[in-house]
Order: sequence, then C-alpha cells, then structure tokens
Amino acid sequence: MTDRTTGPDQMTGATPDNGMRNANRANGKPGPMLSADGTPLKRSLRRAQRRQKIRALMLIAPLLIFVLLTFIAPIADMLFRSVQNQIVSDTLPRTVASLERWDGQSGEVPDEQTFRALYLDMFIAAERKEHTRLGSRLNYELTGVSSLFRRTGRDVDDFGEVYEDAFNDLDPKWEDPTTWARILGSADWVGEAEGAEAPGPDFELRDDVASYLPLTAELYGIFAEFIQTEDGDSPMEEEPWTLVYTALYWDLQRQGFAYSGPEADLVRAAAQAASGFENVSLKALFIDSDKDWGDPEVWATIKTYAPEYTPGYFLNAVDRQLTPDGVEKRPANEQIYGILFQRTIFMSLTITISCILLGYPVAYILANLPMRTANLLMILVLLPFWTSLLVRTSAWKVMLQQQGVINDTLVWLGLVDDASRLVMINNQFGTIVAMTHILLPFMILPLYSVMATIPPSYVRASKSLGATNWTTFWRVYFPQSVPGIGAGSILVFILSIGYYITPEIVGGTTGTFISNRIAYHISSSLNWGLAAALGSILLAVVLILYYLYDRIVGIDNVKLGG
Amino acid sequence: MSDTTEGAFVEFSRVQKSYDGETLVVKDLNLTMPKGEFLTMLGPSGSGKTTCLMMLAGFETATHGEILLDGKPINNIPPHKRGIGMVFQNYALFPHMTVAENLSFPLEVRKIGKSDREAKVKRALDMVQMGAFGGRRPAQLSGGQQQRIALARALVFEPELVLMDEPLGALDKQLREHMQFEITNLAHSLGITTVYVTHDQTEALTMSDRVAVFDDGRIQQLAPPDQLYEAPQNSFVAQFIGENNTLTGTVTEVNGEFCKVKLDDGEVIDAKAVNIDGVGSKTQVSIRPERVEYNSERMAEGVHTIKAEVLEFIYMGDIFRTRLRVAGKDDFVIKTRNAPDQVRLKRGQQIEIGWLPSDCHALDA
Ligand SMILES: Nc1ncnc2c1ncn2[C@@H]1O[C@H](COP(=O)(O)OP(=O)(O)O)[C@@H](O)[C@H]1O
Ligand SMILES: [Mg+2]
Repeated sequence: MTDRTTGPDQMTGATPDNGMRNANRANGKPGPMLSADGTPLKRSLRRAQRRQKIRALMLIAPLLIFVLLTFIAPIADMLFRSVQNQIVSDTLPRTVASLERWDGQSGEVPDEQTFRALYLDMFIAAERKEHTRLGSRLNYELTGVSSLFRRTGRDVDDFGEVYEDAFNDLDPKWEDPTTWARILGSADWVGEAEGAEAPGPDFELRDDVASYLPLTAELYGIFAEFIQTEDGDSPMEEEPWTLVYTALYWDLQRQGFAYSGPEADLVRAAAQAASGFENVSLKALFIDSDKDWGDPEVWATIKTYAPEYTPGYFLNAVDRQLTPDGVEKRPANEQIYGILFQRTIFMSLTITISCILLGYPVAYILANLPMRTANLLMILVLLPFWTSLLVRTSAWKVMLQQQGVINDTLVWLGLVDDASRLVMINNQFGTIVAMTHILLPFMILPLYSVMATIPPSYVRASKSLGATNWTTFWRVYFPQSVPGIGAGSILVFILSIGYYITPEIVGGTTGTFISNRIAYHISSSLNWGLAAALGSILLAVVLILYYLYDRIVGIDNVKLGG
Repeated sequence: MSDTTEGAFVEFSRVQKSYDGETLVVKDLNLTMPKGEFLTMLGPSGSGKTTCLMMLAGFETATHGEILLDGKPINNIPPHKRGIGMVFQNYALFPHMTVAENLSFPLEVRKIGKSDREAKVKRALDMVQMGAFGGRRPAQLSGGQQQRIALARALVFEPELVLMDEPLGALDKQLREHMQFEITNLAHSLGITTVYVTHDQTEALTMSDRVAVFDDGRIQQLAPPDQLYEAPQNSFVAQFIGENNTLTGTVTEVNGEFCKVKLDDGEVIDAKAVNIDGVGSKTQVSIRPERVEYNSERMAEGVHTIKAEVLEFIYMGDIFRTRLRVAGKDDFVIKTRNAPDQVRLKRGQQIEIGWLPSDCHALDA
C-alpha cells in the first residue's frame, strides 16, 4: 500500500456516506435507463466499450501476431513433441500392424509373417534413408537398436536377390524394365511414358492389376514414385527393387492366383515355375544379418513404442521407463533427472535467498538516500546489465579457479596452503556465487521501487509512538517492503530455475541445472522429445510454485513499482 | 547554557537550523509555552514550521540553540524516548495493521499488558467516536475517519505534548471545520499541551490560545488571536492575517502613542505609532476594511476623514464590499454591515470615508 490519501468521495466500502447514497439511489424509479437517443443506456455503453476494446486490440495486434508466430506457436509445437511418437508407425507401418497379433510376453520371436512385413518396411525405409532416424529414436529406449537398424538397413538390399535371379533365369524378359511397366502401368501411362524423357509422366497403376498382384502393385507403385521424385528416373528405364521381385514371388504363391492382362503368358509361366523357386526364410535372413532380431526384447520395444502418442519421454524425464510389463524405475545408474530437478530447485532457492540477503540492505540504502546520490549508486547496480553475460561469467572463472585471484590472494596471505587451494568453481558453489551476482539487480530493482514508495512519515510515526529503531524496522518498515521481496524472489527464482549459460560455464558436473540437460538433448543428443518433456515439467513446476506462492503470499502482494 | 523560563513546558532557546550549511531555514527561534497551551505555528509554505516541529519531535537536530521539555534539554534524547504524540498530514496510519492494531502499537512498545491495552484502545476509539471501526484497515476508512484514528493514536499513550503538522490539510472544508472544533475540545478537556502547524489563518485564529506567525524562519509575532488581528506588530502580520488595506507614506511627526503620516499623494493622516523608526522614516499604514465608515451619520467622534471614489460595489448578502480609490491607490477595500438603514453606493460616486486613528497602524515599510 502506498499512502494514497483517501478523500471522502473515493470510498466504495460501506461508509455511512455511501449508505446514504445507496439509499437515495434505491428510491429512484425502476426500469432501464435510456440514453439521449432512446436506446437503452446499457446497450449504448456496451457499444461504446466494444469500439474501445477493438481499438485497443488493433494497437497490440502487431505484437500479438509476432509473439504468436515466433514464440507461442514454436513452444506449443515443442511441447507437443514431448508426447509425439508417429515415427515408429510411420516408418514401420506393416510391422506395427503385424505385431498386434504378437504376444510380447510370450518370450518368442514373432512369426515369419511379421518378418516379411519388417522386410517390406525396412527396405523402403532404407531406400528413403529413414531407418537410421528410427534407430536412434528406439535407441533411447533400448541401447543397441541404432546399430541394429544401421546394419540391417545395409543388408536388406540383398535379401531379395534370390528371387530376382530366379525370375531373370526363368525369362530374360524379367530383366527388362518395360516388362514390369507394361504389366503394372495403365495403358494410357505406358503410351505416354514410352519414349518420354526421364522421369516421364507420373506413374499410374493399371485398374485391375491390384486384384491379381496386390503386393506387387503396391510396392511397384512405391518404387515408381520414389525413383521418379527422388532420382528423377523413369520406371521404363529402371529395373525394380529386389523387393518388388520378392513381392511378385509371394503374389504368385498365393492361394487361388489368377492373372489376365499384358504379358499374361509370361506371368503365368512364372507362376508355374515359382513353386520351384528356393523359398528363403526372412526370419533367418534378418537373424543372419544381426542376431539381435532373434531377441524378443527388440520386438517388445518396437511394439511398446508403436502408438502414435507416448508417455515415454515424460516417464524418462522422471527416471521411469515404459516396458512391456508397464511403468518401471530406470536402473539406478540411469536415474539422473530427479536429482537434477531437485538440485535445480534447491540451488535456485539458495540463489534467491542470497539475493534477498545481499539485495535488501542495498535497496534500503538506495531508497533512503537523497535522489541524486541514489541515482549515482543505481548506475553501479545496473552496471552488470551493460556487460555481456558471458564476460561476467568468465570473470568469475578467473576469480574463483584454483590458480585464480581469490586463491592466489589467500595463499599469499598465508590463510590457505598452496597445496590445498580451495575448489570454488565447476561445482555448486561456483554456480551459486556467479548466479547470485548476475541476478542481484533483479532483486534490487523491485525492492528499491517498493521501498521508495514507503513514505518516511511511517518511520517517523512509529518512532514518535515510542518504537525503537529495530521495532520500527521490523514491525512497520519490513512488512511494507514484503511485496518487493515477493516480486524480486519470483523474478530471481524463475530466472534462475531456467538459467543456462552460467551453470554451463562455471557449473562443472555438480553445478549444472536441468536446463543444461535440456540444451544437451536439443543440440547434441537430438532427443527433442525428451527435451520437450523436461521443458514441460520445468514449466509445470514453475506454474505450481507460482500457484503455491499465490496461495501463501498472495499475488497482489507482489509489486514491481509504485 | 541559557536561562530557562520559570514554568515553561516547552522552550525553544535561540534555535537555528540549516539543512545545507548555507541558508538558515530557522533563524534565532525563541519560544516558551506553558503546560496545557494550544499554540499554533502559522505561516506561508516554506517558512520553517515543519522544521521546528521536527526538531521538537527529534527527527531533525538543531544546528544551534537548545530545546527544553519540562525544563530538561532534549537535544540528545532520541525521538522514541521523547514521549511526544504526533499527527502527520497524511496521517501515517500503518496500512498493514488494523485500526485497533495501530492504536495498540504505542502501548505494545511500552510493554503495557494486554487487558490494559485493550481498555485504553477502546477508550481512545470511543473518544473520537470510532468505537465500531477497530477491525478495519486504514484503507477502508474515509479521510475524516483516518484523521480521527490518527488523532486517537497520538493520544492513546497519554503524552503530555502533542504535535500536529497540518492535520486537516487533506479534508474538505466542512469536515475541516468540524474537526477543528473536535481537536480543540479534546486538547482542552485532556489538558494536553499542543503545538499545531497550519498555513490556514482561519484555523489558527479559531483554534489557538496563541498563534506564532512564521515567516522567513522567524516568529514575526506571537500573540493571542484577537491581538494578532487587531494589533499586528508588523506589516507582514497585518497582511497575512485577515484582509487589510495599506497606504504608504512618511512619518512627519511622532507624539507619544500616535504619529502623523504624510501619504504619497500629500495627504496627512493620524495613526498609531506601532512599528516605526521615527520622523522621516518610510511606513506602511494598515487599516482593517471593517473599521472604515462612509456613512457620515454613523461616524464616531474624532474620525479622520479622507476623500474617496467608488470603483466597485459588491453586494454580498450580510455585508457590502466596496472597492475605492484612496490617496491614489485603487485597491482600498471597505466592508460594511448590511443594516436596514445602510446607504448603497454607486460606481463613480465621490464620497468621504473616515476611521479612528487608533484603528490605523503605522508599521514598518
Ligand atoms: N530535509 C530537507 N532538506 C533540505 N531542505 C529542507 C528539508 N526540509 C525542508 N527543507 C527546506 O526548509 C525550508 C522550510 O521547510 P519547512 O519547514 O517544511 O516549511 P513549512 O513546513 O513551513 O512549509 C524550505 O525552504 C524547505 O525547502
Ligand atoms: Mg510543512
């Protein structure tokens, strides 16, 4: 509260005067008030206010749009990433569908059918070079998956060679890309594509080919689109992937196979011969490529992370993990985030308290000095703001390190033995010292602006009433400066809980904050989902603390200035 | 040290005060107050009234001189041990305490027991007719109510001396007049000694036993209200208190209590020699507007008459206010009571006005 003089007319409470006024008002005639032109007063008031509101909104619109586009939208997107998990089902759609039938707890590797689905997904992903990304994603959950995917991605090209050779040996026509194009492409497309410059017109499937050769049609379509858009080649000139040969083999082997259309003789001949082809087991090929494919745990991990949205990142951020058996604690040596969150909050509190202890007397002196001197000293308080954060932090490095200024001085004074110089940096102490220094102005400024509005007459009144200096301070001055402490503490605490640069430079391993871990996941490990989950938790912690603060101290007890 | 005046409760003895070491804000202040007196410091803004009050309360130290309370010098006693009640202009009620807590504060710091405290707080609140407001916060009170609480807080610990620095400045006129009455009543019934600061002369005249008129860091005159009005000691006091006509001239003759003054236009008048330097010195002659008569039938024996021209005649209900040109000056004002037989003047009329030489004070120029 500032000492605003409350004139008799500014009262809104139940003063005797207001009681009289209300009584007078109540005696007035009921019914809506009309404005001069006859419209109800309420409506014209609302109209006038709406116009005002729109004008106000237009004034802030540029900033609003700017903030929305450059700040809120990216943050929302980032937060969304903390639960987003489409990568598994996008990259391995057939495998994921096939795994639905598989029982993760059985302890057995899925059947051949699932391996066939994996072959199709893996081959396409490898062509599109998407398998490594998925490998890194799943590696967060099970180490080794990344290399497994990389190795198999290399090998998967050769899995279908048996069938490619078999078809080519059967009839050299299968080696001709145009044969495939005629069987699978529509007549119109074939007509246009013949002789056209690569990549030619967009591939079109023949109408009924999908009913005779469903898998081949699907995969050839994918192949054609891929080489046309990615490589700029024409399907008329490119031999299909071995995958397509494999698919054709499987189609021909289907129960009740029939075919009519171009090259009907060729296809039927192949169908006859196909039963004699060597039938390779994809399960064997995969396990041959990497024995981990025979490990049910790999499959369980794929199945567990198949849904499009996952709590996995959040569980990870609180040192839990999602396993086929449900949520479990991570192994003790992987539990780091709980400790980091605790440390972040503990150190932020320590920094906030240090700032209060150091800043309060400074703000008090500033607020009670004559204006001119106070302004001069205020420049000293603000000076750190005009220096680069990096420079200030590095300066602390120079001061605090073992061969640094403070240690040198202590050794020179003989207070500390040269052999046992104090370790004051790359630990929590260093971070707390440097951050207290950096955040101090954020405490002093609100404190000062609140203290400057406390009229000296309160102190005088208290002393005239017989209170000693200490009683005056503690019972009269201090309670009125609490809103400043509140504002400064919120500022400093929230700033420090998300601080990054200073702990990064002077924090070492024991003095780093959760934000340093977030930055690591954003820029080094590229695990954005986990970074987003950690960030969301941090945001939630701040909001909860803010709420608690409001309940305990009251947010209207926070004042940044007069 | 200085010799203390017998029976004085508050005494300023040759007190000087400078804030910057260059100018004296208070110059040689001498003042004695008996117990139970209501004394008002009256003066224009910046004349050093608050400074005097703060020196008495202990928030400023006198640069020179001595302040005595009940015969004892208090220069070295810290404010909280002086036991002086104070009412501030902005009331300075502690916003984070309720009204009752505000009142209880001075009792708590004096370590008075809880039941005693409650009784005293209640009595003080009843005294200012605010008994029902103990649980409120100051911000929930109107200006007048806050004023009463501030008064109650200054009195609750039963100080013998109370200082008030323009306590009614923030109130509207009606409330102010009412509070003036209440404050003087309280002060007299409790028998406390009061130093009251104001720049409002009506307030000073109606409330005080004595008024000290301040200007330029000095007391220009210290006297009861009627004396101040009727016998101003110098032209500042004459001008500052009430309405006043001044004519300038030169003293030509002094005989005892009276003197002759030759006005700037050559006319010679008789005046009371109050504050002149002798024959030949410049002087300002002061005459109150209501002591001038223009109706020859009502003029008393021995009045001095002089010619005048009516410039303006204003009907104000209870009185007529007439502006005249007298002795070459255009701002001579007279006030006459609106009696049934009173003559009303017209603009441009040439008349003769008169006053008694004893109502005409020759003061410093
Ligand atoms: N704390 C201060 N520092 C410097 N000058 C002051 C201070 N307080 C008052 N003054 C000066 O002293 C003079 C008298 O002030 P004050 O006693 O407040 O006058 P008043 O109360 O009669 O209006 C003024 O010229 C004012 O500017
Ligand atoms: Mg003043």
